[in-house]
Amino acid sequence: MSAPFYVSPEQVMADKAEYARKGVSRGKSSITLEFADGVLIMAENTSSLSKIGEIYDRIAFAGVGKFSEFDQLRKVGVRYADMKGYQYSRDDVRARALANAYSQAMGDVFTRELKPLEVEVIVVEVGDPELIGHENNAIYRVQFDGSISDHEDYCVIGGAAEELTGYMRSHYKKDLPLGEALQLGRAALQRASDVQIAVPPENLEVCALEKTRIGRKFRRLPTEELTEHLSS
Amino acid sequence: MGGKSALDFPGLGGSYKGSSFTELLKIEFPQLDPDWSSLFRPGASEVAVPHGTTVLSFKFADGVIVAGDRLATEGLRVASRDVQKVYATDAHSMIAIAGAAGPAIEMARLMRIELEHYEKIEGEALELDGKANKLSQMIRANLPAAMQGMVVVPLFAGYDLRRKQGRIWKFDVTGGRYEEAEFDSTGSGGLYARESLKKSHHHEAPKHEALGYAVEALMDAADEDRGTGGIDVYRGIFPTVIYCSEKGIEQAPETEIKEVYDRVLARRSSRNGNGGTR
Repeated sequence: MSAPFYVSPEQVMADKAEYARKGVSRGKSSITLEFADGVLIMAENTSSLSKIGEIYDRIAFAGVGKFSEFDQLRKVGVRYADMKGYQYSRDDVRARALANAYSQAMGDVFTRELKPLEVEVIVVEVGDPELIGHENNAIYRVQFDGSISDHEDYCVIGGAAEELTGYMRSHYKKDLPLGEALQLGRAALQRASDVQIAVPPENLEVCALEKTRIGRKFRRLPTEELTEHLSS
Repeated sequence: MGGKSALDFPGLGGSYKGSSFTELLKIEFPQLDPDWSSLFRPGASEVAVPHGTTVLSFKFADGVIVAGDRLATEGLRVASRDVQKVYATDAHSMIAIAGAAGPAIEMARLMRIELEHYEKIEGEALELDGKANKLSQMIRANLPAAMQGMVVVPLFAGYDLRRKQGRIWKFDVTGGRYEEAEFDSTGSGGLYARESLKKSHHHEAPKHEALGYAVEALMDAADEDRGTGGIDVYRGIFPTVIYCSEKGIEQAPETEIKEVYDRVLARRSSRNGNGGTR
């Protein structure tokens, strides 16, 4: 029986991170940005499999990387949120707690399992001006190793995140109306593609959390509406 | 990702992977699953709990309307004057509850979470038939408690986006599910409300007329049945009336209900020819 080779923990972690990073960068990016009526989440997506989903009344989710993995995370998030809302009250379901739970779960997989998750996720909560202590929007980003960060104004995840963040930094303005926010988001997403042509509306997946809606704030924007906003 | 469950999510066991919230409760949180039957021993006498009274539903031009009074009674006493018996369960369906208020309200709440949960997990809503079927299973699960007096018999109604029409179901305690063609009513004053609807209702009525039928039927039920609240002008408590059409759910404003009430009252009192004291 041969003894296993010794590999230093640093090396193991570095290899895992490298592996996960590669997986994530294979996927297209996704942009979250605050606009006048709430928060917008945009992703380039040509398939009918969603990258963005509703978690709860004021909370949405977006994932990049390996579909099966982030979709599993999304479903677990829905279970977590519905369970919490049933046990306590609907207002007790908050993005920060959910993002923390993701961070723990993903960090756990990263250290325990041989293969890390090849995903990056965003948890977004839209503020409710009527509800004391819940007025502000919140954006959390959780990476493959469980590292978590909170963001203001905008946040980009996925392969070309750095480049797109750079674009957003120089072009983002607060309180944009929906149409302009969509145009900005699309202009940023197009930096990620090699050909740099405008992404057609039918290849965009866009969801919004809108303060103005009653009850469930999540809305999926249909292609017709995107076309209308993006062609003008 | 080896092991039974790769994702160890705080607060969740991770063993349930399906899309039903009630199943999730049963499997991962049995202590939270509302099983009312466990509260009763065989042979125990009926427990006095608040009961909801009259709810009704019928079709109108745009879809379907559901209405209910606000009174809950405990035997001959008032338990609550402003309990809510009609709930939107999602954007195109509603539940109206009659029977033991505790389990019924909990069932309506669970039903809402169930439909929303399924929609979020699967990415699309259940068909209206599927929703009605799910409710019938929840009522059947409540059967042991129903045998002890905790009867829950809701009405379920909604707009079927595929068939482009409103639909109504009633249920019995065993979970039996019966689709109604035009209208139905249940609860202690249900009989009177149904008789009233039988005479007034027609399924092509516009919204404002439909509101008239609904409010008048509840007034008739309250007139004959002491357990039905009707309209409490003194405290300003009005019945709940909800419309459901292709565009979604809409609740009738109290001012409109008050107008209908005044109109019916004026018509009926002038008929008596004595200034309306009777």
